[in-house]
Amino acid sequence: MTEKTLDPNKINVILATDCGSTTTKAILIENRGGEYRLIVRGEAPTTVEAPFEDVTMGVLNAVGEVEELSGRKLLDENERIISPANGNVGTDIYISTSSAGGGLQMMVAGVVRSMTAESAERAALGAGSIVMDVIASNDKRAPHEQIERIRRLRPDMILLSGGVDGGTTTHVVELAELISAADPRPRLGTGYKLPVIFAGNKDAAAAVKDTLSEKTDLSIVDNLRPVLERENLLPAREKIHDLFMEHVMAQAPGYRKLMSWADSPIMPTPGAVGSIIKRVSEIEGIEVVGVDIGGATTDVFSVFQGVFNRTVSANLGMSYSISNVFAEAGLPNVMRWVPFHMDERDLRNRVKNKMIRPTTIPQMMEELIFEQAIAKEALRLAFIQHKSFATVLKGVQQQRTIADAFDQSASGGTLVSMMTLNMLIGSGGVLSHAPRRQQAALMMIDAFLPEGVTRLAVDSIFMMPQLGVLAEVHPKAATEVFNKDCLIHLGTCIAPAGEAKSGKGSVMDYSIEFPDGKVEKGTLEFGTMKLFKLGVDEKTSLPLEAKAVLEPARGFDVGAGKGQKVERNISGGVVGIILDGRGRPFAVPTDDKLRVAKLREWMLELDIYPRQALERA
Amino acid sequence: MGHAYTPGLKVTEEIRVSKERILPLKGEVLVAKGAKVEPDTVVAQTYLPGPVEPVNVANLLGVPPEDVPECMLKKEGESIKAGEVIARSSSFFGMFKSEVKSKTEGKVENVSHITGQVLLRGMPMPVQVKAYLRGEVMEVHPKEGVTVVCIGAFVQGIFGIGGETHGAVKVLSADHNAVLDEKDITPECKELVVVGGSLVTAAALKKAIAVGAAGIVVGGFDDRDLRDFLGYDLGVAITGSEDLGITLVVTEGFGKIAMAEKTFQLLKRHQGELACINGATQIRAGVIRPEVVIPKITVGASAMVKDPEIAGLAIGSPVRVIRQPYFGRLGSVSDLPAPLQVLESESHARVLQVEFDGKDKAIVPRANVEMIEEV
Repeated sequence: MTEKTLDPNKINVILATDCGSTTTKAILIENRGGEYRLIVRGEAPTTVEAPFEDVTMGVLNAVGEVEELSGRKLLDENERIISPANGNVGTDIYISTSSAGGGLQMMVAGVVRSMTAESAERAALGAGSIVMDVIASNDKRAPHEQIERIRRLRPDMILLSGGVDGGTTTHVVELAELISAADPRPRLGTGYKLPVIFAGNKDAAAAVKDTLSEKTDLSIVDNLRPVLERENLLPAREKIHDLFMEHVMAQAPGYRKLMSWADSPIMPTPGAVGSIIKRVSEIEGIEVVGVDIGGATTDVFSVFQGVFNRTVSANLGMSYSISNVFAEAGLPNVMRWVPFHMDERDLRNRVKNKMIRPTTIPQMMEELIFEQAIAKEALRLAFIQHKSFATVLKGVQQQRTIADAFDQSASGGTLVSMMTLNMLIGSGGVLSHAPRRQQAALMMIDAFLPEGVTRLAVDSIFMMPQLGVLAEVHPKAATEVFNKDCLIHLGTCIAPAGEAKSGKGSVMDYSIEFPDGKVEKGTLEFGTMKLFKLGVDEKTSLPLEAKAVLEPARGFDVGAGKGQKVERNISGGVVGIILDGRGRPFAVPTDDKLRVAKLREWMLELDIYPRQALERA
Repeated sequence: MGHAYTPGLKVTEEIRVSKERILPLKGEVLVAKGAKVEPDTVVAQTYLPGPVEPVNVANLLGVPPEDVPECMLKKEGESIKAGEVIARSSSFFGMFKSEVKSKTEGKVENVSHITGQVLLRGMPMPVQVKAYLRGEVMEVHPKEGVTVVCIGAFVQGIFGIGGETHGAVKVLSADHNAVLDEKDITPECKELVVVGGSLVTAAALKKAIAVGAAGIVVGGFDDRDLRDFLGYDLGVAITGSEDLGITLVVTEGFGKIAMAEKTFQLLKRHQGELACINGATQIRAGVIRPEVVIPKITVGASAMVKDPEIAGLAIGSPVRVIRQPYFGRLGSVSDLPAPLQVLESESHARVLQVEFDGKDKAIVPRANVEMIEEV
């Protein structure tokens, strides 16, 4: 990486790329009249694989598209990025993120599965890694099984933690001995030692060093759980990132070159997306869930009670992993979202064909409907995993005996609360490129089942990664582009929580006063959905606001308690205001005729698909 | 060079095939540069460290960890036999003895005075790497392996299961549309690589294994049958280590899809010749596709044959459509409109016009075709 001193005041043209597992995206941002705006976006297949095996080729292709679309010359005759900008030529900075090559894959190890091992897992996930396995002294596997697992997995690096400072050293040194015995080989590259980070009890550092320093590239950082009541994840995360750059990225095809082109360190894509989600939550003071559903993995990010969490569902995605979604969810769960019948044998073949040819897109409407049904299941399953991970710290103040400390099921309730959630942001091809924005809205509503009042948005063209890495060097530009160009505000979902046991009845009375003075009043019946159009301000691109009075029926809660009235402003968006009277918890009717009838009803009300597509058998 | 690339599978009469045959750990290379090799020639071998068994000697003897080294009858690096006593302690003036015996043959690798744990390493396991191809050793990588090269016909598949194998080619199907059924498989198929048309049925696959066929190359395979064959639903396309008695290479995709005529004819032309096949597939970073290699020239394979240049889509480019509604159909690009177009799914996409072999035309997203590389 070129060591360039970056002065935000001198940056007026920004070129940023994201190298995904399937596609490489390039965006051009310019300062026009004191305002940073997205100008154009280019895209090309990622070329980390044969026959090119050089990620920079995909980058050049994507940048080439940006040149064509913007009219700005960015590459010289040697296909090097021109910098700095001069008139209509060149860019002031070039930055990038990457998840190509499968991203960073790590193993973590800790003494107690629900305590130090889980903190280590959080550190790794927060750094943008996929966690291949979590080894713990109390994980019920025999030591030789743990050794075999470490040997077979071939992680990019290992994070070892365990023991609060001043506490036990034996168990964590035992883990170090297991790692040493396994003698793990790195995934990418040969002839270099596997990086291992020790972030445990400082009193065990010397013994760990004796055990591991010869066979591995060992780094020692501050304990990530110095006392049970507190996590200190930042030193470990930063070390992970440094080692990621030095070892993993440098070994993957073309990355050394890419790193030399970039003006600031390349961030792993999930790390960059997490960074921008955190910023949104901090700046607006809201609880946020973000999801990035890609071809191979689905990342879920959340900020609840000020605590950031990220999970990676490494085998849930829309192309490489689509068959796994199908296998994990099961055919009935996928087909419950499809308002017509499809032959199972045929369906299975279509799913597998998408898996082996991941870059194809649905040409036919029935294929789009089916793919979006799979997406709902991928999102739903990924969110279940996230909810079980994003918990309060375990082992804190509930520990009565040593046995309690080793009880994996004890304590640690989820931080995720769908009622207090303020905003749901979706990203990834199937959401950002949905032909109708309301399709993205319904996928997120059906998968996440937000309660109360929740704003919905999508990343318009998946530029959150680039904005995340841009925020490291130019926060102002990143924030401006995020608010004005990145987020497409879909609108607001109002979903009273509760059930109507009889299957019918009123859920909520509503009165919504729109900016033009028009008032919509009515009763939301159980099992129905309603859509009211309320758009965005043409000048500012920000959502218009309406004043709503919401009176939930007895047994239903829309944010202030059961049966309690709520009066508040509601934001619009390109879809509008969606009233969801299907209840929470929600279940699609099991009777097939009724299921199809209800799906069609909701899809027609929200204008999800053309009518004729819903009328086929 | 940076220009847009549309993926494609190679099917070619003559190409230089080069394979690195590398040990997982440093070892010994058994052939020299220039040596002629057959698929089963062992080109390199090494020993993998044996399995490790940790033994908590401190707990077993009831002694503190720091006393364990003293109790050890076998020190670090010493050999041990199964059943041999490796540690002993005594208490109460030597009246009560505790012993720890080794369960395996091997060596004492490590004795920890901090944890009281002793690591026993089992006997090393031999690992051999074979040549896989009939060809010539082009390069020796000292202590690691070799590169084997040959000139031959090459068919790249889209999906496969099973690993490396080889056998003579036998085309069983009458044409590229025909279904390979149980009745087509006979005991004469033993050790052969049989070729079908549009589909191999589950029954045919079972019978092929029973008669000892080496492999099957076919246009399509049903996913339901795959699930039954594997015993599980394949979640991600990473295969090659299945040990199910046969290697399967699918050239077109899932379902009943006629093998591309060009592929079928190529295999037919090489009836009776040695084919080296591998079903290993990896559709993720570091894509690996299954393959069929029919070595032709094995002497002086270092010279000749230019690898095909990879070009982007152009008018006249031969393509295969790889998604509904024209899945599997072959044709050539007749138009490449620049603006985005709206599909039936309402997506906006870059498209092309394909003229199929029957002269009918269709608009297809560019993402939904693959190039047919011609040499």
